[in-house]
Amino acid sequence: MPESDLDLSPLRSILQDLLPKGRSALLPSLHAAQDLYGYIPSPAASEIASALHVPLSEVYGVIEFYSMFSSQPVSKTIIHVCNDPACAMAGSDALMKNLIRQYSDANAKNGDEIVVERAPCLGLCEMAPAIMIKDIQRGHVDASGAGRLLEEFGEKPYSIIGGDAHELTQNCGKHRPTTIGEYVAGGGYNALRKVLSMDPAAVIAEVKASGLVGRGGAAFPAGLKWEGAAKEAARPKYVICNADEAEPGTFKDRVLLEEDPHRILEGLIIAAYATGAHQGYIFLRGEYTNAFVAMTYALKEAYASGLLGQNILGSEFDLELELFRGAGAYVCGEETALFEAIEGKRGFPRMKPPFPTTKGLFGKPTVINNVETLSNIRSIINMGAAEYRKTGTEKSPGTKLFCLSGDVAQPGLYEVPFGISIRHLIYDLAGGVRGGRQLKAMLFGGAAGAFADAASLDVALSFEELRAHGLPLGSGVITIFDETRDLRDALSRLAYFFADQSCGKCYPCQLGTRRQMEIIERMAAGKMLPGDRARLEDVGWTMTDASLCGLGQTAASAVLSAIKLWPEYFVENRS
Amino acid sequence: MLQPSKTVTTTCPYCGVGCKLELHIDANDFIYKVTSPFDAVVNHGNLCVKGRYGHDFIYHKDRITTPLMRKVPQKPGARTQAFDPAEWQPVSWDEALDYTTDRMAEIYQRDGSPAMAFYGCAKATNEDNYLLEKLLHTQFRSNNIDHCTRLCHAGSVVALQMAVGSSAMSNTAAEVIENDVFIVTGSNTAENHPIIAIQMKAAVRKHGATLIVVDPRRVEMVDYATLWLAEKPGSDVAIFSAMAHVILKENLVNHEFVDARTDNFAAFEASMEKFTPEFAEQISGVDRNLIIQAARMYATAPKAAIYWTLGLSESTHGTDNVLSIINLALLTGQIGRRATGLNPLRGQNNVQGASDAGVMPWHYPGYQRVDDEKSARKFEAAWNIEAGGLNRKLGLTTTEILSNVRPGGVRALYIMGENPMMSEPNLNHTRTEIEALEFIAAQDLFINESTAYADVFLPATSWAEKDGTFTNTDRRVQRVRQAIAPRGDARPDWQIICDLAKRIERRLGREQSSYWDYTHPSEILSEMGRVVPEYAGVTYTRIEHEGLQTPVWDETHPGTADLFTETFPSGKGKFHALDYRPNAESPDADYPLVLNTGRVLEQWHGASMTRHSHLNDLYPEALVEIHPSDAARLGIADRQAVRVTSRRGSIVLRAKVTEKTTQGVVFIPFHFFESAANELTLDKLDPQAKIPEYKAAAVRVSPATDAELFHPEISQPRGRY
Amino acid sequence: MADPVNLTVDGISVSVEPGTTILKAALQAGIDTIPTLCYHDYCTPNGLCRVCVVEVEGSRTLIPSCCTKATEGMKVTTRTPRIERARRTLLEMLASTVDLSDAPDAQQMITEYSAAPQRFPEAAQRRYPVLDDNPMYIRDYNKCILCWRCVQVCAEDAQFTYAINFSGRGFETRIDTFYSLPILSTTCVVCGQCVGVCPTGALKARREWQLEQGQSMDEIIAASTDDRTLRKRSANRQQP
Repeated sequence: MPESDLDLSPLRSILQDLLPKGRSALLPSLHAAQDLYGYIPSPAASEIASALHVPLSEVYGVIEFYSMFSSQPVSKTIIHVCNDPACAMAGSDALMKNLIRQYSDANAKNGDEIVVERAPCLGLCEMAPAIMIKDIQRGHVDASGAGRLLEEFGEKPYSIIGGDAHELTQNCGKHRPTTIGEYVAGGGYNALRKVLSMDPAAVIAEVKASGLVGRGGAAFPAGLKWEGAAKEAARPKYVICNADEAEPGTFKDRVLLEEDPHRILEGLIIAAYATGAHQGYIFLRGEYTNAFVAMTYALKEAYASGLLGQNILGSEFDLELELFRGAGAYVCGEETALFEAIEGKRGFPRMKPPFPTTKGLFGKPTVINNVETLSNIRSIINMGAAEYRKTGTEKSPGTKLFCLSGDVAQPGLYEVPFGISIRHLIYDLAGGVRGGRQLKAMLFGGAAGAFADAASLDVALSFEELRAHGLPLGSGVITIFDETRDLRDALSRLAYFFADQSCGKCYPCQLGTRRQMEIIERMAAGKMLPGDRARLEDVGWTMTDASLCGLGQTAASAVLSAIKLWPEYFVENRS
Repeated sequence: MLQPSKTVTTTCPYCGVGCKLELHIDANDFIYKVTSPFDAVVNHGNLCVKGRYGHDFIYHKDRITTPLMRKVPQKPGARTQAFDPAEWQPVSWDEALDYTTDRMAEIYQRDGSPAMAFYGCAKATNEDNYLLEKLLHTQFRSNNIDHCTRLCHAGSVVALQMAVGSSAMSNTAAEVIENDVFIVTGSNTAENHPIIAIQMKAAVRKHGATLIVVDPRRVEMVDYATLWLAEKPGSDVAIFSAMAHVILKENLVNHEFVDARTDNFAAFEASMEKFTPEFAEQISGVDRNLIIQAARMYATAPKAAIYWTLGLSESTHGTDNVLSIINLALLTGQIGRRATGLNPLRGQNNVQGASDAGVMPWHYPGYQRVDDEKSARKFEAAWNIEAGGLNRKLGLTTTEILSNVRPGGVRALYIMGENPMMSEPNLNHTRTEIEALEFIAAQDLFINESTAYADVFLPATSWAEKDGTFTNTDRRVQRVRQAIAPRGDARPDWQIICDLAKRIERRLGREQSSYWDYTHPSEILSEMGRVVPEYAGVTYTRIEHEGLQTPVWDETHPGTADLFTETFPSGKGKFHALDYRPNAESPDADYPLVLNTGRVLEQWHGASMTRHSHLNDLYPEALVEIHPSDAARLGIADRQAVRVTSRRGSIVLRAKVTEKTTQGVVFIPFHFFESAANELTLDKLDPQAKIPEYKAAAVRVSPATDAELFHPEISQPRGRY
Repeated sequence: MADPVNLTVDGISVSVEPGTTILKAALQAGIDTIPTLCYHDYCTPNGLCRVCVVEVEGSRTLIPSCCTKATEGMKVTTRTPRIERARRTLLEMLASTVDLSDAPDAQQMITEYSAAPQRFPEAAQRRYPVLDDNPMYIRDYNKCILCWRCVQVCAEDAQFTYAINFSGRGFETRIDTFYSLPILSTTCVVCGQCVGVCPTGALKARREWQLEQGQSMDEIIAASTDDRTLRKRSANRQQP
């Protein structure tokens, strides 16, 4: 259909509803256009630009930034095959090859256009290999790629919950969202009721006393963050739940979002009350369609039950929460890039300082917490900081979720108190290395993490112990590699991931992720050039030292750790 | 990578903003690139399309660089335009100057001063213009000299003279970022003062200023405005007086200022009684509440300023229009302080300077009146001519000159750089006038619609081939530097004038010389400084790096950013009682639309420069802007050929269907000879300022065919229009 | 006025106005050797190129001096082996990606830091056709280092025109118009603010480019639409 004949009326009516949000309606509008037309034709982009008063070139810049938007016509059906190390170990390359073969035949036959593409981690690592077709995720997909109807591939995602503790995951494992009735029956929203009668400062004091630190990777004390924002004079203030989980190997937030959304909401409402925010967002990774459905419903339930909106539970406190879909950019997990996305811009991370608690979303004081962090709030308020601290270690109180995938007997989500050994987690709880093989390596913290070998098995899983051993806890990812694995393949996937996801703002990352990928590809192919190892180290340290945000600063972390552990991989075998 | 053989710092020759330019020049004297230093005080390194790219006209092959005389002698009443070089005979400078001298002297000796008229040039330097008026005053004892200021800001200049005794911007343009509230009226600033416009945009977007636009067009500045008062053309007095009415009724008056610094308040106040917001709404079509809001915003702002251009002044009630905003500033005391004021944005690069230099029919340099005995004596002494020798009678204005061509009236016309056959209103009438002249000398770069009528063509240099100074819109006298050698035999204007003056002086047998032996323009500016107190302290040495804002009273005076801080030149500021007067021509059944005229970003005035530049490729044809509802009613599609007809003429051009113009109003830029807007405009004048009504002629628009277009094949659709 | 901020730069104590960047504080301390690529005095600094990084005591990473404000007691070092590695590697990576032949500042820096422009063999370069789509300026994004200055001056740093923004992401980022439209089909007003701030010759006055391509001045001046128009004018007026 020529673009001049495009029917813009459905888009116009959607825009009518979105208009009051101003520029922050840009991503939602583009999602709408993408859904309506299968891509974003330029007349649709113009329509959005003029409705939202955003310059045309900036609308285009935003479309071009997010991988879920396309400015050019794309085939109707795209099969996204997860490219992360866990899926690769489960045969995603073969799966992809088979799918391409199958559909190039089918396409030729009946003209259907189905395209197979590799995708950054889909967050289904425990069910590797994983694919996504339109809005539908499938795990444990047969590598042969067999399946007549797309929906017949593999299995619907479900969660495998394990561990020594069941605080955060108490409502998980049902393979469906906990309803508000079930949640309340289990004592849900009691923490909120309690808080609403407390002084906000007392709430913050309790969270501070609990020693809760952020679970997104940076491990910043949550109470201090809340206090920082609460102290700011500027209004309005915002709270945000960072549900943009995209770290390869990580799926803990997906499970919490899909199975116990109210626990997250309760934490977020309490954060808003404590800091004086009346507007909040749940920024959800665009690909998490099941979580989107679960959270949309949970929000509806919460509004209907007087837990959101005006005069929450009869108190003076008002809060509006909005579910905001990301659009395919790993960097938006970085808090300031996430703000930019909500503001309708390219997801470029900002310079810090100023920090979000002073100048965050829309330049206003903002508290942004990870899903898992917020899930802890209910427990802290209900049991009190002192009781909460009885679990875990002195410096790492509470429980922690670990995402185990790769060559482990029982991949899944494990909740454990801080302080247990890695060995206990892998061998006692998860059944050890699959097939009784020897452990070769563990990747800690996902793509942005670092490798360790069996020598680290007895290190305790706490912030302080891991730090002492130079291992990042990150978001709680451990990907297991057995003795048969060639880590060069994993490294090249990680390198590709960063080159693919770099936002391009600062030069170290924009250029370094590409140069790193090129050298790693040579390494994986056994064709390293003289000087490549020095190049890799210079590029790696330059990214680590000089990048603007966490993405670039950690983009070389796994590679640099691998150089130390397995120097034999980095032999310059080409003259 | 290209290395320039030299770079030269100078001042832009286009608009009144006065941007600093750095010309990058190769070994062939080719200006191949223009940049601007980022510490430039006026423009901070920013330029517009003309300033950055519009200088290739210098090298255009049609540029005239040899003196020319017409092959066929021209007779009054049968004068023709010669665009073809074959109609001209190249001659030596001596021949051309002698011929010019002879013809002018002959006519002067036969018919006296009234027969002689000169057009000065707002593009030329202060020095060029000073000498041109000196030539006319001292040799032909005539005051018939004027320039395009008459056609642009005469209403502003006259009104400001009447009310405060000055005729320039009161404040500095860059102060706009310090304004709390500012009004932009009758100004398409984004296209006509692009660099001031970006400062205005920054004022709104970055510095928290509130903008009120009062304009019948939806100009780009409306995007930045809190209020847009979309008035009907010519209803300015009603709107601004209604604002004064509100300020008076709500007692938002700055009594302290009114008591201490103004006169005639009572008469003014009484005259404002009738200007209720309801009355203004009826006349202007602007919602009364917008008028009330605008009045409150302006009156209560700590620092508020008004910026305006020709939408106010180019009217048969242009003087009243400007008086109505002057009244507002006096009433609220929004003048005489930093970041306030009355700020007419001047159009041409040196229209302020040409006016200061006395290229005006009623004034000597420095606005010293020709009918003032003391002034006349002063200039007689300065110019070394006999007491009583200067003419005390007010001269003819621009439009009057080309309305008084007849035996006993104007017989000889000397045109330095102007193009009246594009810029005068009602061109059909002007054409018969210019064709009736006995002698025309043209000093220019190109054969254009006006110089094509000349008997003799004296090829002048462009701004890049001579030294001098321009005075920009905020009174800043800045250096213009010779960057390249004159092309061909072209000569700097000041040298041509001196050569001619000496010949005329000899030919007329003047006993004593008024002095024409300058070796450099700096000597001319020094002489001007001796007779114009405001320029007394301006010297080339002092403005070597950065210009000085007049008044500069002496060689140690730092210049003046903001005028009237203590007092007005006229002592007290004078309120003027006003009445609403409608436009000279109102739409009716035969001519139902109002024609507004003006300019576009890429072209410049009569377009002698821009249409000899690649600038022309960016906007190569005239377009008539018409509101979608009018277009629909008339069955006119975007880019369709249409005929626009007034009582005076008719042109064919393409339509641009756009909401940039309001319902009932069409807009045509006047740069294009092939569809000249001024064929349609009317030559009714403002009684005080003698400025014509360019902004409101009654017209009708009807569909035409592509075949009727002058060049149907040329078209450049643009994303921004 | 607020109290001045005291810091040391390479051991030199200096007192600066609050809000002063480390880069400017260093200049005030007489240290003018911190290199910059993307930074421009009249554009909003974004800390993109990172060649201006310095070490600040107590900071885990290197700190971009162009956009980090000096704070009380800060101890800044402007040249260490760690800083040199970052600057050198950045220049090498840039040289392997972009055509720096028109970027004298970058070239001079490459010499100063003994960077090897050929350090990265088999490296992907950003290669695009030269865009010659208007009479006034050309866009040669082979030479673009993504300093963002052009985008910023087209937007709030100067012109408020918003004709250009980005396409792509990461290494593939490119300065682009709405759906890659030719420049005259955009909101561009051809002010050339972008050309004025381009540090690498990626944006260039078309006349200059034409001379570099070997065209003569006469060729460059000839043939614009006015020619056609004006010729027709004289033909018309001769035979009224």
